[in-house]
Amino acid sequence: MTAVAEPEVGRARRRKEDARLITGRTRWTDNLTLPGMLHMALLRSPVAHARITSIDADAARKMPGVLAVVTGADIAEEQGSLPCAWPITEDMKAPEAPAMAVGEVNFAGEVVAAVVARSAAEAVDALEAIDVEYDELPVVLDMTEAIADGADLVHPDLGTNKSATWVYDSAEAGSGGAIDDAIAQADVVLERTFRQQRLIPAFMEPRSVLVDPTGEQITVWSATQIPHILKWMISAVTGVPETKVRVIAPDVGGGFGGKLQVTPEEIITFLLARKLGKPVKWTESRSESMQSAHHGRDQIQKITLAASSDGTLKGLKVELLADMGAYLRLVSPGVPILGAFMFNAIYKMDAYRFECTNVFTNKTPTDAYRGAGRPEATFGIERMMDELAAELGRDPIELRQQNWIKHEEFPFTTVAGLTYDSGNYEAATAKALELFGYDALRQEQRERRERGDKVQLGIGVSTYTEMCGLAPSRVLGALRYAAGGWEHASIRMLPTGKVEVITGTSPHGQGHETAWSQIVADRLGVPFEDVEVLHGDTQSSHKGMDSYGSRSLAVGGTALVMAADRVVEKARKLAAHMLECSEDDVEFSGGKLKVRGTDKSTDIQSVALHAHVAHDLPDGMEASLDSEATFDPENFSFPHGTHLCAVEVDTETGQTKIRSYVSVDDVGVVVNPLIVEGQVHGGLAQGIAQALFEEAVHDESGTLTTGTFADYLLPSAADLPSFTTDRTETPATTNPLGAKGVGEAGTIASTPAVVNAIVDAVRHYGVNDIEMPCTPMRVWKAIHTGERAAGGPGDEAGGGLGSIDASGGAQ
Amino acid sequence: MIPAAFDYVVPASVDDAVRELHDAGEDAKVLAGGQSLLPVLRMRLAAPSKIIDIGRIPELKGIRDEGDHLVIGAATPHHEVQKNQLVRDHALLIALATETVADPQVRHLGTFGGALAHADPAGDLLAPALALDAVFVVAGMDGRHEIPASEFFVDYFTTALRPGELLLEVKVPKYTGWRAHYEKFNRVAQAWSICGVAAACRVDGGTIAEARVGLTNMSSVPVRARAVEQALVGQQATAEVIKAAASHAVDGTLPTSDGNADAEYREHLAKVLTERAVTAACS
Repeated sequence: MTAVAEPEVGRARRRKEDARLITGRTRWTDNLTLPGMLHMALLRSPVAHARITSIDADAARKMPGVLAVVTGADIAEEQGSLPCAWPITEDMKAPEAPAMAVGEVNFAGEVVAAVVARSAAEAVDALEAIDVEYDELPVVLDMTEAIADGADLVHPDLGTNKSATWVYDSAEAGSGGAIDDAIAQADVVLERTFRQQRLIPAFMEPRSVLVDPTGEQITVWSATQIPHILKWMISAVTGVPETKVRVIAPDVGGGFGGKLQVTPEEIITFLLARKLGKPVKWTESRSESMQSAHHGRDQIQKITLAASSDGTLKGLKVELLADMGAYLRLVSPGVPILGAFMFNAIYKMDAYRFECTNVFTNKTPTDAYRGAGRPEATFGIERMMDELAAELGRDPIELRQQNWIKHEEFPFTTVAGLTYDSGNYEAATAKALELFGYDALRQEQRERRERGDKVQLGIGVSTYTEMCGLAPSRVLGALRYAAGGWEHASIRMLPTGKVEVITGTSPHGQGHETAWSQIVADRLGVPFEDVEVLHGDTQSSHKGMDSYGSRSLAVGGTALVMAADRVVEKARKLAAHMLECSEDDVEFSGGKLKVRGTDKSTDIQSVALHAHVAHDLPDGMEASLDSEATFDPENFSFPHGTHLCAVEVDTETGQTKIRSYVSVDDVGVVVNPLIVEGQVHGGLAQGIAQALFEEAVHDESGTLTTGTFADYLLPSAADLPSFTTDRTETPATTNPLGAKGVGEAGTIASTPAVVNAIVDAVRHYGVNDIEMPCTPMRVWKAIHTGERAAGGPGDEAGGGLGSIDASGGAQ
Repeated sequence: MIPAAFDYVVPASVDDAVRELHDAGEDAKVLAGGQSLLPVLRMRLAAPSKIIDIGRIPELKGIRDEGDHLVIGAATPHHEVQKNQLVRDHALLIALATETVADPQVRHLGTFGGALAHADPAGDLLAPALALDAVFVVAGMDGRHEIPASEFFVDYFTTALRPGELLLEVKVPKYTGWRAHYEKFNRVAQAWSICGVAAACRVDGGTIAEARVGLTNMSSVPVRARAVEQALVGQQATAEVIKAAASHAVDGTLPTSDGNADAEYREHLAKVLTERAVTAACS
């Protein structure tokens, strides 16, 4: 007997794509050079709102190496309007969104002119020779002011700064009671307003586009998450038939949702390459990326939580303002709506109402950013649960236990109308508490408080769930999204026995090449090394919906399993012919096809060769084992978990140090634990960064003042603790892999855990919230404002607290 | 981003460098480690017509002992300063402050003299140089002369270096046996200081015999906290004494407000960090 091969699924394999990605010796878009290639540079508006009164490009046209200088007026006809695929309401207001500004600019960073030159340096030099005159208009920056009567308007022709208001009401939807009743009948009603600051996705590889118009098809290389959607949309925007467009996302260095976009730059590069008949490349600088690539989050959340005095939740009312920025990009309007189904989270309650108004401002457009709607929702509810615990004098874990869905209650239909298929919040929480040493930390916290230690300890809790596996197409249709949520995969069995897997997902750092190979190796019984995963080129991967929303494994992986099973079915049929037995007698296991009860067998490689040479096939069988499948999920998947964070707050300086962080995530069945752990680590870093470090700040004129990494602070390993990560495993019941998705979990869960911990550390100073990011100054001011308001010690000189968030979070 | 075009020369000696600087006029820039200059060029915040790269002049590199003082070549990378035993033995404060500069990549390229001549008030080496009474040796077409640290830093990004002058080396008096601490306050590890305090003390039998304290980013130039020093000298190194002395940390400062800290908070930080820096330097 030969030993049974260890299953690939579940193995912590190192990623096979990493060597080339980490060394950079690979096909990043900017690494590509084509014969006769020209370079494009873009002139961007330095002002946030203005009419363009003149553009003088004559001098620029005469600069060395310059072939063309183009303004928005020059391409106004052909550039169309950038697509917004998610009109969330029938009456949603959407402005024209030209790739290059025509006559007016609406945010600082909007493209005003393009230079194409023989070298990148010549193109950039020529930008300085373009003279643009602006007639400045009133700048709209604050969402609350933007929706007030008589406000200045970003787009006067729309007559309002409100794009749309979207409502979910459990009474109207029939998924629960009326929120007003729940609030009226509650013993405790808590209301808080939280700010989700504006964030910048800050992917590692800046955006880059190369367009080659010299073939029959126009080929577009782009650092994008969505080659398939981009192909469709380029055709829709420019009118070039889809058959004449080929999009390639070669290796792409991160996205975090920031490359889930059809960008102005892609359209401009496409149009100018076509106009000039030569390949044109554009690659952005980091500052350009910070300023003009879409931003994320930026919401004001007014949340009302109603409960009875025993802590039982009654109802939740969520009123959001969401900043769209100056234009609606691909899925901008829908991002806050993805949170609509998640504010109720893991809790049972009688009534729920969600209302979101999308608002225009003269800022960079917002769109998807890691978690997209779900981090905002999780932050809102998890902060409120800690506030309710404080209000009632209850332990925040115990209060959650009282209200969450018990493991035996699944499947459970929530007050927001979703059906959670599975979960075990008790198990994840128990494991997290044990790893964290919860009781000992609470004891230390008490001691530090009692002795008035200048370093106070706080403990933050986040018991989150999220919806992944975007998405059932019928649900997307009901939400007025313009596309489906299925995914495609195909498998080619090559004559040498090697296997090519073609996926419609589009990895940009996730490790699909490794994970997909593991899945196929198991399903077909072939060596891991024999599987090659092809992706990102619409000519080979002709069908797909790309990668975002933690969908690739749960949806794309399922399509892959289906395709593999079809290969096996064909192989079984052919093997029966080869082995001269009935198909029903062929057993398939570990790559072997065996006649039941005999020692006659063949293997899948032999069958693949037999099919390929096609000398002797059963009647009616095609000369191929190749198979494909498209999977459309019936339901979302619902990862969950418990994150616990302990912080030390230096009350003298306001500095926060994360002392320990424990995450126990339940992402279902895991294909590669090493990849999962990497996703969790990165997600935690990104979510913690929202709590502590990152913020896109605009000055009163609408200029981004955090336009470099010197000002927009990203943490490095030196700024983060050593994470304790663990898992529980409750399989998803909605796909054969049992997988739920892990790409966003860490980001979604961690932000409230950190802020809850900080507030917990200083609550006894009279603090009940601190605005994100919780900078040392904000924390210090919250402590000292709270102390003074409470008549507490406050040994600092009194008087003016300065202008920046002076009230901190003091009650 | 791509810098505007410039001429580039690599002089092999100090004399050549000084001549190049003189000939190029005010529109030239000296390139040492490039960690401040290159971002400015790439963002086109400056467009000098000529870059004079002093990175290959042997005389500008290295650290030597000259009896009562050390000499640190202007183009000596931070990494070498930080590891150097002479510096650790005789000017520990400089080694400790250098350890906090940016990140390892920057410290391998950025230079001691470059950081000082750049004169960013948030830079970490200015306050130690001031506190330790370093002396700046500069060269121009009319020869060499020395500028004391107390006169070297003039304003934001402005030093007493005149057009055509090059910083050659920095003399640091020996503080053998002194203890030191640099207390840096920032939000992420590689960021500039929001506020920093450089402290060096000579403690003799529990009494603070001598003390030197400099502040980072509390004015347009580094600030010598003389009132703090005076309140420490001759006193027992007790928590009460140090706290009382630290309350003078804001004397003579003129802090700015920015997104990380307004002036009030910076003043508060200066006191807290001074207390911590001196406490560490006395223990």
